[in-house]
Amino acid sequence: MYEHDGEKYFVVDGHTHYWNAAPDNWVPGAEQFAKGWIECFHAYMGLGPPETHWPLDKFQKYSEDDLMHDLFDAGHVDVALLQSTYLLEWYKEGFNTTQRNASMAERHPGKFLVNTRWDPRDGDEGLKTLKANVARYGSKGCKLYTAEWNAGSRGWKLTDPAAYRFLDACQELGVKNIHVHKGPTIWPLDKDAFDVSDVDHAATDFPGLNFIVEHVGLPRIEDFCFMATQEPNVYAGLAVVLGGLMHARPRFFAKVMGELLFWVGEDKMLFGSDYAIWEPQWQVEGLAAWQMPDTEEFSDYPRLSTAGKKKIFGLNAARLYDIEVPAEYRLAEPVAGA
Amino acid sequence: MTTQHQLLCALQTVRDPELDEPITSLGFVASCTVSAGGDAEVALRLPTYFCAPNFAYLMVADAYDAVSALPGVHSTRILLEDHFAADAINGGVAAHAGFAGTFDGEAVGELHELRTAFLRKAVLAGTDQVCRPLLAAAADPATLLALTIADLPPSAELDRLRQRRAELGLPAGQDAPLLIDPQTGAPVSADALPLHLRRARTTRISIEANGGICRGMLRQRYHLQAPGEEDGS
Repeated sequence: MYEHDGEKYFVVDGHTHYWNAAPDNWVPGAEQFAKGWIECFHAYMGLGPPETHWPLDKFQKYSEDDLMHDLFDAGHVDVALLQSTYLLEWYKEGFNTTQRNASMAERHPGKFLVNTRWDPRDGDEGLKTLKANVARYGSKGCKLYTAEWNAGSRGWKLTDPAAYRFLDACQELGVKNIHVHKGPTIWPLDKDAFDVSDVDHAATDFPGLNFIVEHVGLPRIEDFCFMATQEPNVYAGLAVVLGGLMHARPRFFAKVMGELLFWVGEDKMLFGSDYAIWEPQWQVEGLAAWQMPDTEEFSDYPRLSTAGKKKIFGLNAARLYDIEVPAEYRLAEPVAGA
Repeated sequence: MTTQHQLLCALQTVRDPELDEPITSLGFVASCTVSAGGDAEVALRLPTYFCAPNFAYLMVADAYDAVSALPGVHSTRILLEDHFAADAINGGVAAHAGFAGTFDGEAVGELHELRTAFLRKAVLAGTDQVCRPLLAAAADPATLLALTIADLPPSAELDRLRQRRAELGLPAGQDAPLLIDPQTGAPVSADALPLHLRRARTTRISIEANGGICRGMLRQRYHLQAPGEEDGS
């Protein structure tokens, strides 16, 4: 939790990772991709305040103690969602698998929610694994990378018939929060890899599921905004918006927040640090203290109230994930009626 | 004899299609030389190892076309550096293989559609650039509906908007309406005006924020001097 100006914020970090991207985990023959990937992530860290930068070797493989400290001791986080990223073509044990995340989370009851993943190209086997993961880890959400490599295939869409089988299964299993990575990515090669139209269709066809678009479709914020404004079950995951802009580009940060507040609204925006790309501490403190600038340039953007910040920091995610929020952190009136 | 200045001028016409900015002002040209015999060599660099290969390909191919069209240039080498697909792209462009030929089995089509989609975004973003000062001065946004290109004071932003519209085959002459649908070229109606202006603004913010991130990443990657907090905005 975080207290600022006498206001108490319950913080759900909607986007955290516990990865191993050190050379001991690189797949022989794919070293250049494994190395390039983590170095690319490391450069993103450079967009945060200098005092929060890590050396590359720590960034490749940080310890459980580092993570616990950065999230919960220093980072003001109450509950963290662990998102899994497999990338098995490049990393022998995966980048951060459900298993790796869950085995760490089990040692810290109450601190984490472990999200799983699936890939429609894995077919019946993948469905079995999804069911087993949900039974074992109690996942209420999953993280999807539609641009991930899989046995020679370089991507898929949520609208693929094979994906609809998995979305059906998610609905049945209570995996109601579908986090879709729509942000910096590589494949498919010949299309716009940030296209969010598949989320649009899936959200309409699965009204019982929530679709959290991670990184708000950056760099295609406009496409995401025009879509999200029409779909009641589409949410904005703020990871990268905060980490990549709040410190490095404060004016653009304000404008992007203004656009999101206008199109998507504070009831559908979720805080996420994208740890370990960026530590949550400066992001929580920065957003709690942040205000839309008062100059003419920003005059027609909605303001972000304290209540709005409380929703973004944790109350919205708590609603999606049925997290019990202590009374002192709730709003005076129910979020839905606010 | 072709000079380095001419080479740079040619490269200035090459844009990052996604950011709608010249690769020269973005800092993507790492070096460029031309020999007395007319052998031109250009090295390009991008903000990350994993920058989208489709846009990277377009920039390398466009740079190749711009440089090889210069009088006095007899051979052209464009070398993208530090990119996961550098070898494929450099080789494919040099061999005139096209995008699908360069990424055989990984891509089915060429990139015209992608380029066109981003030009339309550039038209919308440019509309905001041109209209924002007008809106600040005008009491009623509806007055914009009656304006033609000729009614506007000359500006670099207006030139750019007209150029993008012309590239798409959209009305761009002096008598063309200021506000048009970037898809069809039809004049914007009064009903559609508020949403049109709002979309234009969001599109501009998206492109500019993306440009800000790309500049920051390039700076991190190559340890460049930070020109200023909000350069390029």
